[in-house]
Amino acid sequence: MGLESIIAEALPEVLTTRLDSLINWARKSSLWPATFGLACCAIEMMNATSSRNDLARFGSEVFRASPRQADVMIVSGRVSRKMAPVLRRIYDQMPEPKWVISMGACATSGGVFDNYAIVQGVDKIVPVDVYIPGCPPRPEMLIHAVMMLQEKVMKESIRDRKDAPDEEAREAMTPGTLPVTDGSTQRTGQIVRPQPYTIASKHEKRRSF
Amino acid sequence: MEAPNNQAGPADNPTISSPEGSAPSPVAAALQREHPECVTEIIEALGETTIIVPRELIVTACAFLKTAPGLEFNFLADLCGFDRGPEEEPRFEVNYHLFSTTRHHRVRLKVVLAEDDIYVPTVSTVWRTADWHERETFDLFGVIFDGHPDLRRILLPDDWQGHALRKDFPLRGYEPYSLE
Amino acid sequence: MSATLNIPPQFEIVDRPLDTQMTISMGPQHPSTHGVLRLELVLDGEMVVKSTPDIGYLHTGMEKLFEYRKYQQGIVITDRMDYLNPLGNNLAYVMAVEKLLQLEIPERAQTIRVLMCELQRIASHLVWLGTHALDIGAMTVFFYCFREREKILNLIEAASGGRLTPSYFRIGGLMMDLPAGFERRVKQFQDDFLHALGEFHKLVTGNRIFQKRTQGVGYISAEDAIDWGLSGPCLRGSGVELDIRRMNPYTGYENYDFEIVTETDGDVWARYLVRMREMQESHRIVEQALSRLAPGPVKADAPKVVLPDREAMKTHMDALIHHFLIVAEGFDVPAGEVYHPIEASKGELGVYIRSTGGPKPARVHFRGPSFVNLSALPHMSRGAMVADIVAIIGSLDIVLGEIDR
Repeated sequence: MGLESIIAEALPEVLTTRLDSLINWARKSSLWPATFGLACCAIEMMNATSSRNDLARFGSEVFRASPRQADVMIVSGRVSRKMAPVLRRIYDQMPEPKWVISMGACATSGGVFDNYAIVQGVDKIVPVDVYIPGCPPRPEMLIHAVMMLQEKVMKESIRDRKDAPDEEAREAMTPGTLPVTDGSTQRTGQIVRPQPYTIASKHEKRRSF
Repeated sequence: MEAPNNQAGPADNPTISSPEGSAPSPVAAALQREHPECVTEIIEALGETTIIVPRELIVTACAFLKTAPGLEFNFLADLCGFDRGPEEEPRFEVNYHLFSTTRHHRVRLKVVLAEDDIYVPTVSTVWRTADWHERETFDLFGVIFDGHPDLRRILLPDDWQGHALRKDFPLRGYEPYSLE
Repeated sequence: MSATLNIPPQFEIVDRPLDTQMTISMGPQHPSTHGVLRLELVLDGEMVVKSTPDIGYLHTGMEKLFEYRKYQQGIVITDRMDYLNPLGNNLAYVMAVEKLLQLEIPERAQTIRVLMCELQRIASHLVWLGTHALDIGAMTVFFYCFREREKILNLIEAASGGRLTPSYFRIGGLMMDLPAGFERRVKQFQDDFLHALGEFHKLVTGNRIFQKRTQGVGYISAEDAIDWGLSGPCLRGSGVELDIRRMNPYTGYENYDFEIVTETDGDVWARYLVRMREMQESHRIVEQALSRLAPGPVKADAPKVVLPDREAMKTHMDALIHHFLIVAEGFDVPAGEVYHPIEASKGELGVYIRSTGGPKPARVHFRGPSFVNLSALPHMSRGAMVADIVAIIGSLDIVLGEIDR
């Protein structure tokens, strides 16, 4: 993780371009996804790994369950408000270098579900590298997205890749500090009366459906 | 078709609405015979029987329907709420859909509640499956079930403010929960 | 009258350093929970003392969304609910609206509905088998099942255009008629499928490891199953012979000859056997449906509700006006309420629609079978070990889209 940036700063650029191609080739040929299948797109992701459309031949040999061992997080499916902090935590637990593919319309922009419960696009929470439209996208589209990501990886340079700042990663571990909920979990024994949040959402201006 | 609520007591002449020329179904007739105070109104439409029950007697009605020979409604298929709208009085309804695995007949019980008095006794002592259904109705409508073993939110996050399926809850929610 | 919220004891933070019990959270991101399910397990070593499912991580607010969409726009939302059985969801919703409208569906549409639903049931059970076996450790079955499933998805895509979200059924019939050559392709699938089913039996049913991991695990008795509201294969695995296709038949199921598959053991193994035999019964029903297919209309005769044919729309004025009104304004549904249950691949999928007139429903509630089946998990998993929890979740065949809606 940190080793190649240290090397990159020490070496002249003519050598790092060679090193770039080698390292990027190694990274793109073994992009191991983290299982982040949420909803219907997860089934298409499973179809993409099955024998008909075989994602493993592009390097995604195993889907690692632990984010510590994964390179790319394929967010497949709708991300609800309750799931959003979990998504951020899993993303933060992935070591650099990491990429995110946002699969499907719901992950890209909220999809069909333009309402209170769904985050309107996972790029509000994590930085996304490749977006895939579709509801659900065909497995071939996912394979195309992985290939696009591979092209993107080839264009990177080890001079640019920095580790995630420690503060951001550490803050993500403390509950209540993510920008999604205010963490005021009610643990008291009284009945929850609806407190008025009176500022309506900015989206409410849209009239027609 | 607004039924009187909160009034316990025998209803001698419940309102029966059914299509022309048909008698109320045997289920409704049996409940009427044995527990006439439980029946506020009977509605027969589209091949389904709906019985409106006053809310204090819902457990009596359910226990009777579960154990009575010939009725045997041992399966609670569904328990869902409905918000008629903030201007309607009474505002909320809770519908119980019952099914009998031995007789294969169905019935719907309905409890109507006013907005400032949304308490209903729980039926989770009659059918254990009512547990999660009642939690969901509490979560989405705010209906409080007395005697429920564990009434807390089930679908929305624990610190969510408001009840999402009420008619005055906007579709896209409130700030700061709506990120744009 | 007042009530207090009881915070259950497992949510209190207690510091017990010398205790043997440990509370861990399984999920929501977990390979074996079949979706975003979180289980709070109180463990004593490897044995589960208490398990509490925590759901809502996929809550999409679909029921609220229905109230803001016209009736025909709601069909698209139902696809995404139980995403392994989208045609079943479509059917439940569409039939509930047709009951409110009191429409009569033509014979060919009903036969095609049965055909597609049973194909969808086979596809859903194939995913169940693949993921269940994968969780228990048999990875090959996963690939074989998805290979068979690709054939069914190709069939559904040929009919409707969508593999996983077809929206093929419409209010009043179907989206459009089956394409040419469809029956031949279904027959080809039929011939391949029995052979594949034999392969699955060879791989899994005779496997001693699979048997040891599933027999005696997750037992629930018949009365408890009914009390907890289980339905579908979970209920039939405990010996209760209940199938809505037989008891409250819909869309022509009373004309088909199939067996209600039951087993008496009530454990994971019994539910496995029930679903395997159900795939075979679905295969039989597909054969019967194919032989019953006769030419005819596929949309009901209700010009205000059902979209007209494109040719008629382009040439006749009234068809054009009806098309425009249906698409732009929707059709008025008379006030009333209806609860329509169907036998989805996971159990009793019930739709409660309440209409107060107008083109949009006032309330749509889906009684998801997985929601209720999952609520029985704490009961089934008493005394089980962590690995058994994985087997039990697999046998319940839950889909979080349906649980959380």
